[in-house]
Amino acid sequence: MSLGAFETAHEDIAPGLASLGRTVFWLATLVFVGVLAAQISDVLDVVAIGLPNWRPTLYAFALWGVALGVSQVLVLGEVGRQRLFVIPALLFTAAMVIFPTVFGLYIAFTDWNLNAQSGHHFNGLDNLRTLWGDSYFWNALGNMMFYVLTVLAQYFVAFGLALLLNAEIRGRKFFRVAFLLPFMLSPVAVSWMIGKSIMENRFGPAATFARFLGWENPAFFTVPWIARTSIAIMDSWVWIPFIMILLLAGLQALPNEVKEAAKVDGAGPWQSFREITFPLMLPVSLTAIVLRIIFELKLADIVINVTAGGPGGATDTISSFIYREYRDRSNVGYATMIAEVYLVIIIVFVSLLLKLAGERMRKVA
Amino acid sequence: MRKGVYDQLMAMQASRRQMLKGAAGAAAALATEGPLGLFDTKAFAADSVVAQIMAIPGAGKGSPTDADWQKVGELCLGPTKANVQPGEFKGVEFSFMGLNNQNLHNFLFRGFLTPWEAYTGAKIKWIDLAQADYNARLQQSIATGTVDFDIIEMGCPFEGDMGVKDLLSEMPDWVKKQIDFDDVVDYLKPPVGTWAGKQHRVTIDSDCHTMNIRTDVFADADLGKAWAAAGNKAPWGAPKTWQQVQVVTKFLKGQKFKGKDVFGFLDQPKPWGGFQFYFTASRATAYAKYPGEKNWMFDENMKPLINNPAWVRAIQDIVDSLPFEPADQINADPGTTAFQQFLTGTGSLLEWWGDIGTVARTSDTATIGDALTFDILPGSDDVYNIRKNAWEKLASGPNVAPNMAYLGWGIYVMKTVDADPKRQKAAWSAAAHLGGKDLSMWTSAYPSGFQPYRKSHTNLDLWALAGYDKKYIGSYMDSQSTSYNHPNSAIEPRIPGIFQYYSIAEDELQKTFAGKQTAQQGADNVAAAWEKLTDKLGRENQVKYYRISMGI
Repeated sequence: MSLGAFETAHEDIAPGLASLGRTVFWLATLVFVGVLAAQISDVLDVVAIGLPNWRPTLYAFALWGVALGVSQVLVLGEVGRQRLFVIPALLFTAAMVIFPTVFGLYIAFTDWNLNAQSGHHFNGLDNLRTLWGDSYFWNALGNMMFYVLTVLAQYFVAFGLALLLNAEIRGRKFFRVAFLLPFMLSPVAVSWMIGKSIMENRFGPAATFARFLGWENPAFFTVPWIARTSIAIMDSWVWIPFIMILLLAGLQALPNEVKEAAKVDGAGPWQSFREITFPLMLPVSLTAIVLRIIFELKLADIVINVTAGGPGGATDTISSFIYREYRDRSNVGYATMIAEVYLVIIIVFVSLLLKLAGERMRKVA
Repeated sequence: MRKGVYDQLMAMQASRRQMLKGAAGAAAALATEGPLGLFDTKAFAADSVVAQIMAIPGAGKGSPTDADWQKVGELCLGPTKANVQPGEFKGVEFSFMGLNNQNLHNFLFRGFLTPWEAYTGAKIKWIDLAQADYNARLQQSIATGTVDFDIIEMGCPFEGDMGVKDLLSEMPDWVKKQIDFDDVVDYLKPPVGTWAGKQHRVTIDSDCHTMNIRTDVFADADLGKAWAAAGNKAPWGAPKTWQQVQVVTKFLKGQKFKGKDVFGFLDQPKPWGGFQFYFTASRATAYAKYPGEKNWMFDENMKPLINNPAWVRAIQDIVDSLPFEPADQINADPGTTAFQQFLTGTGSLLEWWGDIGTVARTSDTATIGDALTFDILPGSDDVYNIRKNAWEKLASGPNVAPNMAYLGWGIYVMKTVDADPKRQKAAWSAAAHLGGKDLSMWTSAYPSGFQPYRKSHTNLDLWALAGYDKKYIGSYMDSQSTSYNHPNSAIEPRIPGIFQYYSIAEDELQKTFAGKQTAQQGADNVAAAWEKLTDKLGRENQVKYYRISMGI
């Protein structure tokens, strides 16, 4: 028995009202489906109606949403009124998340290029085949593996900073705010401030310092591995504070009794950290790492601004590659396919990561 | 005229303000100074419209304001009044889509068209776009059939996108007369601005790449001695051919000028949304554009020529040159080379659009001052003949082929207005007003976002009316007009999706510049990708459009 049916057992709904509600709902559904069918027929040239845009379907969907709400109240009474709080959110999600995702899947299986004179056509698995043989995609995916691995380094740096800020040091409040500043900056601003200014090879302070250290002709974006590392450093600078703040919150939530008991039992600082703090921080650490990896997989802005993926694709990311395919080449179908495939890769990867993390947690427990 | 150029040129006028005591004074000065030889001087009355508008606001009066634009628009209404009765377009309303770069473009159009609206009775709705949004907005409008504008400010490379969908209105004959179309420089005449034999474009701008040269570097005695000591027989000076550019660039690596490292040519290897490819193309035109041959990027069947020996040589030139250019040059895009390197004293040779040289004079961040001269793009000792598949040395000397990169902005009227003769006349009248001869002289001389594009713009006396130094502006115009009027200028194909071709090429070429593949492999990959794209966009049509756009 559904919750609605259970609740209605306690409320008397006039049969006429309930019947009216059902009629309203089915009428609105009929109108919505009818308009949608007419619109699709028009687009496919089955029936020439001459609708200038998709607004009729949008209006029919809005009407259907209102009818759904009205019918819920008429049929279910109080429970229906309660559902009115949820229905708009559900309809909004359907319109703004589910529909675009499904529509995106459709686009991904077409040859849609904005400049193609013949419009777009379903092209089966062609985009997938193209992607399979696309060296730019695999190169960018390889680079993504490097960038994801750098999250581990970011984690250790962030842990160190979090421990420092959790300790009783002078100016602790100031440093907490100061260390958060990079996270508050737009990556585009970071691209210009660091990538285009501080790391500028003629007058940038980083280049000047490198010369001081004996690097005769410092160039941060010419040799592939140096360019990739430079991008990773800039990206880390922005995001380490994010990991740090999560870890700091975790550290502050740790029970003092356990640490004090260890101290009484004669554990040194390193032993206390290794045996108590670090294991207790594992849940927070895993959450921070997983979240950070998800953000890392979307890396694009710094790359687009500083290197445009170069030199020779050494710093390219999947997102910056999608950006070029869509923005510069109007290659809508293929770019959408890359995005959909990448979404699947991310979902699978993160699911596996969470599974492994869960197993690890159970073992530790 | 771009705002930065204007500001700098105007700053130069502080000591020359006495030159301009008003239009009459300037006109009187003309009688004694005469033309600069290369330029045709035409007589004009001191109280003529052009004389009046060139003094608005005048030298040293700051940047023009909306009131100035309206004043200029009002004074230039004569040709409109000859074709349109007062209030003739009452009740007509149409939309105009254009750019809002640097508060120019549409901002000026509004001012110019305000008196036009008052006179004709028509109303205009404005759609302002940032440059970065322009291409995506335009392509989406075309592809989805949601063209919501009646007039558009558009670059020539997009004519194919519009033309193949038959979205553009054909220019009426009375408009050609009103704008004095014959006065437009020849390279901007058909096939440019036309599609399938129909003329669509009211030209308001032009574009070409020229060479910017540091005079102080190439006049330096110490460098001259070092040059001779290195075994070079030719005297030390600015290179005239790409072969010489390579030699000079390699020579300058490791040399000092005023105690600092000095560099020669600056390449722009980093992708720039398709625009970087113009710079690779400018490296290639002298090798690849054979005199009398229109094809240089594709052949007449749209088979890519980018992997022929001419283009491969140009790509190899860049590969060979990069080690002798500043560190991290591979990460330099055109914006970097112009505004962060050349203007601040790094590099002594730069190919760019026409405004760099003058910007150098007064920009706060520019350090090269006036040690600058301009020239047409370098030539080549030999040129590749695609009909014979062989290199040839021309009896006339080095082959020169200026790259008319992007071809400038124009005003286009959409076909949507054709159904209503009143709307059609109104839209074309507005476009003709913006492309008027007198108005064009003003937009060339004052901040507008547009460069000179008419033969009459080479009349230095008209520039003098706005307070410009004739010698300086003569040098500026010389490099421009020589390129505009060159018989072997390279015109890009205005086919649908041309920027997709450029963007793909940028990606492959970047790999070549990074040493991941040879110049030939990179060029072959570009050619293969172009072939694939042509197939995707529809080969038969693309070939047809290519021939239309190139006037073949």
